[in-house]
Amino acid sequence: MSAVRRGLESVIPALRRFARALARDGETADDLVQDTLVRALRAEHLFHGGDLRSWLFTILLNLDRNRRRGLARRPVLAVIEDVDPAGEPGTDGSGRDIARGLALLPSEQRELLLLVTLEGLSYREAAEVQGVPIGTVMSRLSRARSTLRGHLEGKRPQLRQVK
Amino acid sequence: MSNHDARVTEDELHAYVDGALPADRLAAVEALLAADPEAASRVAAWRAQAAAIRARYGPVADEPVPERLSIERIALRASGHWRKLIRAAVIGFAIGGAAGWFGHEYSNFGRNEQIARAIADAAIEAHRLYINEVRHPIEVRADEAHLLPWLSRRVGSTVRAPDLTAEGLKLMGGRLLTGPRSPTALIMYEGAAGERVTITCTRAAREGSTAFYWQAAGEVGALAWVEGGLAFVVAGPAQRERLDRVARRVYEAYEVAARDRN
Repeated sequence: MSAVRRGLESVIPALRRFARALARDGETADDLVQDTLVRALRAEHLFHGGDLRSWLFTILLNLDRNRRRGLARRPVLAVIEDVDPAGEPGTDGSGRDIARGLALLPSEQRELLLLVTLEGLSYREAAEVQGVPIGTVMSRLSRARSTLRGHLEGKRPQLRQVK
Repeated sequence: MSNHDARVTEDELHAYVDGALPADRLAAVEALLAADPEAASRVAAWRAQAAAIRARYGPVADEPVPERLSIERIALRASGHWRKLIRAAVIGFAIGGAAGWFGHEYSNFGRNEQIARAIADAAIEAHRLYINEVRHPIEVRADEAHLLPWLSRRVGSTVRAPDLTAEGLKLMGGRLLTGPRSPTALIMYEGAAGERVTITCTRAAREGSTAFYWQAAGEVGALAWVEGGLAFVVAGPAQRERLDRVARRVYEAYEVAARDRN
């Protein structure tokens, strides 16, 4: 196996994690990863060093944008405010909250927040992946975090009171 | 150093949360957070968000990677080999003047022949790919009890692994492949000299059977046939007689089982 292929293989778990957070649905997420790997292997000869992980995230995001564009052309009934089952605190309940909160963000903010918090990319790497200047990354991050906070705390206004 | 005194910006609060703050600004940020409850609660909320995101999606990276995302398998798909080979085989067959190919109303006979030829090319390709795989020639080892039940379930018909000890072949295990019509099982055997023989098996039309087709591509040879709703390919080193014997044993293993059922 070539060095690039071994590299690809080692990034797969992170790609799956990132795709799952983006697409929410596990099958859709793995489809995205699969298409990303197919693209990457086809373009393997075009990859001359650089950061493999960033390159793969870039491909995955482009595919995800195409996917969502395709979805947008079809009428879709999207349940945005599905009600949380009551009495489910802890990981499950709050997990559902964070998923819903992320879904409410504009896609470029969601992508960025996930690249930074989930995948641990530096601001510079995230800027390269998204193809925007670092100033845009900072303002997107700021808006994403403030919207998400409003969403999470709007639901449970008393809960996160700092002493 | 004036760095300690400069006003803390919002960007720096983000960098603080993301562990990207230069060390010489740490003291200034922490001083601000101690003095400004609003900033402190913002930072706490951002941290909680990041923690929730990681708690929710982090474990995905620890899940086993599904087989369809294996690099070898995707490399095969990326090269487009399977589809190209199947198309070539189907066209070759049509030019060969087989009855019933023209129009859509082809008979099971014609369809089974197409399947046999298409799967033979694809099976030789898979055979070549996986016999040279040192670490992962197979997905499930022979000593794992679920090998055959699993392959049977995915293929949609009972998959067998006949005893080929008489041919000097020991069962290694198997894996699942994509196929021309439906999932395909690949079962691998190894001989004393390290040579490998594979049996590929996938669903074909329910009715009808075909003759044995011999196909040699370089050092690899294959025998393909359709019988009892399944298409088979036996591939290995291009020694016609030995593969003939292996094919016959495979044929008999299925034949005997079919007779026992009736």
